[in-house]
Amino acid sequence: MLKINDLHANINGKEILKGINLEVKPGEVHAIMGPNGSGKSTLSAVLTGNPAYEVTRGSVEFYGKDLLALSPEDRSHEGLFLSFQYPVEIPGVSMVNFMRTAVNEQRKYRGLEPLSATDFLKLMREKREIVELDNKLASRSVNEGFSGGEKKRNEIFQMAMLEPRLSILDETDSGLDIDALRIVAGGVNKLKSEKNATIVITHYQRLLDYIAPDFVHVLYKGRIVKSGGPELALELEERGYDWIKKELGEI
Amino acid sequence: MNAVQQYIELYKSQKNLIDTHSSEVMNGLRDEAVALLESRGLPSLKDEEHRRTDIESIYAPDYGLNLGRIEIEVNPYEVFRCDVPNLSTLLYFVVNDSFYKSVQPAAAKLPDGVLVGSLREMSVKYPGLVSRYYGRIADMKRDGTVALNTAFAQDGFFLYVPDGMVLEKPIQLVNILQGNVDFMVNRRLLIVVGKGAQAKLLVCDHSDDAAVKFLSSQVCEIFVDDDAVFDYYDMEESSENTTKVASVFVRQGARSNVLVNGIVLHNGVTRSNYYTEFAGEHAELSLCGMAIVDKEQSVDTYTFIDHAVSHCHSNELFKYVLNDSARGSFAGRILVRHGAQKTEAYQSNKNLCASPLAKMYTKPQLEIYADDVKCSHGATVGQLDQNALFYMRSRGIPEAEARMLLMFAFTNDVIEQVRLDALKDRLRQLVEKRFRGELAKCSGCRACR
Repeated sequence: MLKINDLHANINGKEILKGINLEVKPGEVHAIMGPNGSGKSTLSAVLTGNPAYEVTRGSVEFYGKDLLALSPEDRSHEGLFLSFQYPVEIPGVSMVNFMRTAVNEQRKYRGLEPLSATDFLKLMREKREIVELDNKLASRSVNEGFSGGEKKRNEIFQMAMLEPRLSILDETDSGLDIDALRIVAGGVNKLKSEKNATIVITHYQRLLDYIAPDFVHVLYKGRIVKSGGPELALELEERGYDWIKKELGEI
Repeated sequence: MNAVQQYIELYKSQKNLIDTHSSEVMNGLRDEAVALLESRGLPSLKDEEHRRTDIESIYAPDYGLNLGRIEIEVNPYEVFRCDVPNLSTLLYFVVNDSFYKSVQPAAAKLPDGVLVGSLREMSVKYPGLVSRYYGRIADMKRDGTVALNTAFAQDGFFLYVPDGMVLEKPIQLVNILQGNVDFMVNRRLLIVVGKGAQAKLLVCDHSDDAAVKFLSSQVCEIFVDDDAVFDYYDMEESSENTTKVASVFVRQGARSNVLVNGIVLHNGVTRSNYYTEFAGEHAELSLCGMAIVDKEQSVDTYTFIDHAVSHCHSNELFKYVLNDSARGSFAGRILVRHGAQKTEAYQSNKNLCASPLAKMYTKPQLEIYADDVKCSHGATVGQLDQNALFYMRSRGIPEAEARMLLMFAFTNDVIEQVRLDALKDRLRQLVEKRFRGELAKCSGCRACR
């Protein structure tokens, strides 16, 4: 579904991604780990089309389409989803209004009629339960006054509403206590199927105890320097990143 | 001939005609007004309080005035359909600057003692009552446009709510500008809300879309006595060829509660002055407003809140959204006088410049002479939040829609101040339409088409 080929990207003229290669197939879970500043969040921002980043080389194919040529909204319509590391507060825009607009724009893109108010609210109710999101939060402004845990649950709730083909979870575990982590990870697992895929960006093995990866990649200085199975995450947890730096001849 | 001189000469040559078609109470202030106008002139761009709107140029053209009160052939009740559903207001009209006489039967049934109608007529019928209030707070020395309005105003709207009367139904006044030559109107509003009384007034401005220029001058005096509650909503939905120069003066008695909300949805050039004064302790004022301007439109607001006595509370919130080459200005002065202890005065002016050519000037001005007060002010001029925009787009909301939602959200807290649910709903719809470009011109009344 996703083929990243030699991807280079800049922010403010500084090169952050220096040749990423990655292929993701339906049903797979990929974990991307790596030290701070290695480019993990940049990769998710570039894939979803954040205009602050400039792609200088390489290509990304998503179901055969040139992903980089699509606007952020069309990438979403094509089935790409990013759970933000820092979900944005939007005062004055209610969750209901926000989600209804998002869902109906997606339906429009796919040639479907907009959902009726009743069907929409029913859908909201169903999906809310997946992450145990309070009804009160759903009627408030987007992320405004939400706690850290509520914001992350809200991200997974939106993921449930939009049913993406590929989800990127950018440090979804950061700022979560154990209970919230279990709820969030449980939500992700409930949404998992043979047809969709997940890229999990994380610092810690902890999240991978709940969301079991098929592949683990180490991103370092803008490149994927090592790939392996789930055991690689355990090894990183135990040994840190120095041994990889050593392998690269840096230490 | 300079701008002021033509009005002074017009006044001198037409004094009889003006007086004949007005009332003694209104005529009583004219000579003083003209003398002030002659000695002080109109505000100029050099005046600190008028730096952003060129009043002299606005008044310079040779506008027509209907001093002979020639009736205009229009029945606003037939052509105007108020589309604020469920608001069920008592509806009145002022066409140009004449009160439209044939009042709807529904509106005629008012509780005993409540007076609503033509200012001219009411001041003939109740000269004692009207003269107690007319021209008492509209300070002509402060602003030449008020003096000019006082010199020429012949009619307008009068609302009197006696002590203790709670008027359940909101009153709606629709000002319609119509004409086929460049035209000037001088309209006068006088509102008196007695002790412990309650009322709500919604004033809507509409104008003809004809290819002529309108200059609409309005002076509104609002007296809210002790323990009274009054809401004043002023909604402008005029055309690009309309210039509005309006001054609202409010005097509040002890423990009174006043809400003033000025909303500009569509206009040409608008200058609004709000002067409010606390005359009794423990009174509350909420003064707010919003403007959505684009193209070459301009909105300039000046507010002056006078905390003359102690224990009063004022809350001020103005928000503008500017697009294209629109210009906005806000100057908010708050004066806390000696001895006005325990005053609370909060001011906030937030502006969104949605295009690189839009310009906003904002100036908070707090003068505090008491030492036990809580006051704050804040002014911001910013662009749309790029992070929020990207967040929404990443959820599949197209950029234009996301921008619209953000701009709508920005103005929402001013709409939230409205204490009339039906009007709140209607405003949300109108604002959304406005942002979608579906309100490219005045659409509120059929008289405009």
